[in-house]
Amino acid sequence: MMNSFKKIFEKDTWDEIFESISKNRTRTIITTIGVFWGIFIYIALAGSATGLENGFDEAFSGLSKNSMGVWVQSTSVPYKGFEEGRRFPFRLSDVDYLKDRVPEIEYISPGLQAGAFSGSPPLVVRGTKSDNFNLFGNFPTQAKISVIKIYDGGRFINDEDIKYERKVAVIGEGTQERLFNQGEDPIGKYIIINDVNFKVVGVEKFAEGFGGFGSDSDITIPYTTFAKMYNRGDKFGWMFISGYDYVNPKYLEETVVDNLKVLKTVAPEDDRAFGTFNIGSLFESIVKFSSGMIFLSLVVGIATIFAGVIGIGNIMLIAVKERTNELGIRRALGAKPLEVKIQIVLEAVFLTIIAGIIGIIVGALLLFVINIGTANLEDFPFTNPTVPLAIVFGAFITMITLGTLIGLIPAERAVSIKPIEALREE
Amino acid sequence: MIVINKLHKSYNMGSSSLHVLKGIDFNVEDGELVAIMGSSGSGKSTLLNILGMLDNADDGTYDLDKIRIENLDEKTAAEYRNKFLGFVFQSFNLITYKNALENVALPLYYQGIPRKERQKTALSFLEKVGLRDWATHLPSELSGGQKQRVAIARALASNPKVLLADEPTGALDSATSIEVMALIQKINNEGKTILVVTHEHDIAKMCKRIVHLRDGVIVEDKKIKQNILKNV
Ligand SMILES: Nc1ncnc2c1ncn2[C@@H]1O[C@H](COP(=O)(O)OP(=O)(O)O)[C@@H](O)[C@H]1O
Ligand SMILES: [Mg+2]
Repeated sequence: MMNSFKKIFEKDTWDEIFESISKNRTRTIITTIGVFWGIFIYIALAGSATGLENGFDEAFSGLSKNSMGVWVQSTSVPYKGFEEGRRFPFRLSDVDYLKDRVPEIEYISPGLQAGAFSGSPPLVVRGTKSDNFNLFGNFPTQAKISVIKIYDGGRFINDEDIKYERKVAVIGEGTQERLFNQGEDPIGKYIIINDVNFKVVGVEKFAEGFGGFGSDSDITIPYTTFAKMYNRGDKFGWMFISGYDYVNPKYLEETVVDNLKVLKTVAPEDDRAFGTFNIGSLFESIVKFSSGMIFLSLVVGIATIFAGVIGIGNIMLIAVKERTNELGIRRALGAKPLEVKIQIVLEAVFLTIIAGIIGIIVGALLLFVINIGTANLEDFPFTNPTVPLAIVFGAFITMITLGTLIGLIPAERAVSIKPIEALREE
Repeated sequence: MIVINKLHKSYNMGSSSLHVLKGIDFNVEDGELVAIMGSSGSGKSTLLNILGMLDNADDGTYDLDKIRIENLDEKTAAEYRNKFLGFVFQSFNLITYKNALENVALPLYYQGIPRKERQKTALSFLEKVGLRDWATHLPSELSGGQKQRVAIARALASNPKVLLADEPTGALDSATSIEVMALIQKINNEGKTILVVTHEHDIAKMCKRIVHLRDGVIVEDKKIKQNILKNV
């Protein structure tokens, strides 16, 4: 018994198996196609799912995953003596009110803007160049909510800017292009916004922003400076809010709106008074989609691998029948039943592994080609389609296990008949 | 070398049972060349298969070189076949995808002999049957006579005590049959004990003793004057 098992590790055993596999090529190829196909589909699907997830991740990399925006529209339901169609502004005191009432909030960043969806973009002049740009007034917290990347050498708005109402500006890449010469460093230079001199302190790298109203040609100045310049007092129209990591984005959105309705005396059933969007929910559905796809590929892949291995077993079974005579000869010459079984099982396992490896390689190759092919497609979110090593490894173990189990059936079959009957078969 | 006593064998076929061997008593000494004769269906192969441990008797005893052969499990039977017995079949039974040398080396593989040594031994046996130059040929590239000589080399490779040949010339023309029988005589002259099953008188006369089987019993068992063939 021990001696027979030792055979698994002997070169002779494998030579015998390689011979049997390589000299019966058609049988080998037909046998392996099933498993190859299964693992190939699995790798291609799982990799694509990862690629999509990474792609979405990249597309939304400019945003905190737990953030939302809220703005005032106008009421649609009369309530407590107010008529419908009422408009009202947010006030800075509302920020503290919300923070007090909703402990799940990590940051709030009220914003002002001229251009984009309200007001008109101011004229900005720099030497002989001039153009109209959307102007935003922001707090430094804005950088905590949406990921703002500033090119080296520059900075975003800071607390001092807010406190002293400094005339400093962070400009977009597009803004720089339109106002400055190529190769010119804008940091420390002055631009004139509405006849007021502003010093450029940073250039913002463009990232897909909130709700699509950000562009690469914006200018951001301190909130307080903006409020003073446009005489806004403590009124503002929208704010960005981010919750702590543990907070459910949907819950955050609902709680914020409910509190604002109370604060602003809006009917609880009025769904039109505030506009909101919620990156968290959007993101959640994408993540759900990707993990759904990974799960699907897992199910499909495993099912196909399973079918492939069963196919191997089936063909091995047919092969064993075809090889009855050969196995009879081997047994007449002294092959012990266990040796015959080991040979057949190892053949099955070996074929499974080879088919699996080829499937993995071809699958990876396909992903590689897709990745390169989509690298230049901006609108197609597909990046780094990889399959976790653990999953590849798991698939491998599954294949070996299934290959062994399935191989046992034809192996058992091969030794179940008497050698003399096996010899009689032609 | 071989001692059998009151050997019985029946085949069960559904409800009925066919009594093929009805009490065979029979001894073979070391170095004998015995022909087992009889018409088709007389039970020659059945007897040889039992002697070859490819099948079991229902009753009676069988001793091979003083070893009692009974209640063998398939593993022990395989071991005994490998060590004690060499088989030659009417239909050659070579493995089609292995060349002549690999076929001859196969019993040695199952003895656990290292590859190099296997190949060396196998080649020396191929030489003995005159097929050294055909070592790398597949069975499909060999004539019937050549195939049977490869099979004989394979049967000899593990140096068995007894060679069992079931109609070794059954698929060959008469000229080739004589070649094969000459080879068998040569091997016998070197001391090997050989049993040849045949239904042809000419072939039987090339042996040293004829055992005649009819209806499952031995009806005649006599030493004869051997028709000695010229070795070619
Ligand atoms: N496996 C078997 N099952 C049923 N009957 C068999 C089997 N093998 C042989 N027989 C029958 O037993 C008898 C003897 O067969 P066999 O020993 O092959 O004869 P021989 O070799 O002398 O021609 C024949 O009638 C044959 O049909
Ligand atoms: Mg016969």
